[in-house]
Amino acid sequence: MSKVRSVGEEVWKHKTDKINSELLTLTYGSIVAQLVADFDHDYAKVNKQLDKMGYNIGLRLIEELLAKTGLPRCQNFRDTAEAVAKVGFKMFMNITPTISNWSVDSKQFSLVFTENPLAEFVELPDKPNARDLWYSNIYAGVIRGALEMVQLQVEAEFVSDAVQDPSLPTEIRVRLVKVLEDEIPPGED
Amino acid sequence: MGVKSIYILNKAGGLIFQRDFGDSLSKLDSNDYLVIAGTLHSVHAITTRISPVAGSSGLTVMETPSFSLHIFQSQTGIKFMILTDRQQYGIDSIASRIHHLYSDYVMKNPFYTLEMPIRCEKFDRYLGAYISTVA
Repeated sequence: MSKVRSVGEEVWKHKTDKINSELLTLTYGSIVAQLVADFDHDYAKVNKQLDKMGYNIGLRLIEELLAKTGLPRCQNFRDTAEAVAKVGFKMFMNITPTISNWSVDSKQFSLVFTENPLAEFVELPDKPNARDLWYSNIYAGVIRGALEMVQLQVEAEFVSDAVQDPSLPTEIRVRLVKVLEDEIPPGED
Repeated sequence: MGVKSIYILNKAGGLIFQRDFGDSLSKLDSNDYLVIAGTLHSVHAITTRISPVAGSSGLTVMETPSFSLHIFQSQTGIKFMILTDRQQYGIDSIASRIHHLYSDYVMKNPFYTLEMPIRCEKFDRYLGAYISTVA
């Protein structure tokens, strides 16, 4: 599977346009802050909105990943995890989260982030319920949207975030709900 | 010589983009393009089923005395159909380049609605510029 890693690195090095990461960090920060203001500190709603925004991004972004990498269809969910972590996150964010905590049935895994460009400068507001906010929840939505387009229905959610508690890792749990067999285009099955 | 026409089909087989290049092709009734797209979509699906080999990708190229038809399908189910003359080589890289332009100028256009007809001026422009370089 080291091949997947090299695909990710190759694309990152030669095929993607780069921007200053602080531009992204600050833009994302202002979006989240605006949502928090708009929803009047109802963090559950903010989480939901971020997930939805990510989902809509994921639906579109997957095509670029496929176009730029020419990756073949994943044979199982473990391949999918590798592709998400080592190609997807690498080419779009230049980070490679660690894959861990596989469930016995190989339908759930965790992505553990040692670094997170989105949360570089973030301290959560001093509100009693601020810990309800999953600051980087857009990731979860992107994963869900992108995988849906390749006919994998998944649930993705944060289980812990270093922004909330620095003693914890930043971890997203991804669970395969089902393979959307009916949606797989003929010729791809 | 070169690429004569490009069709893009959404995953349901609906025609979302069609453009002829050069003037060697006669114009068809707009409904005819939809029929062609729908028919080829079905034929492609049928060929995956009647293949003697399991896991066939289906129809990828059809040759006639006057032109070739190439079908490239992305894993998301989007299909690119490329009509070229028979001498055209390097179809894989042409298809890849078109897929690339599609992912950039269609999918990343925030005002493009997924699965709907493509009316993106930039996509048109960059596609035209690229195709004109294909010898």
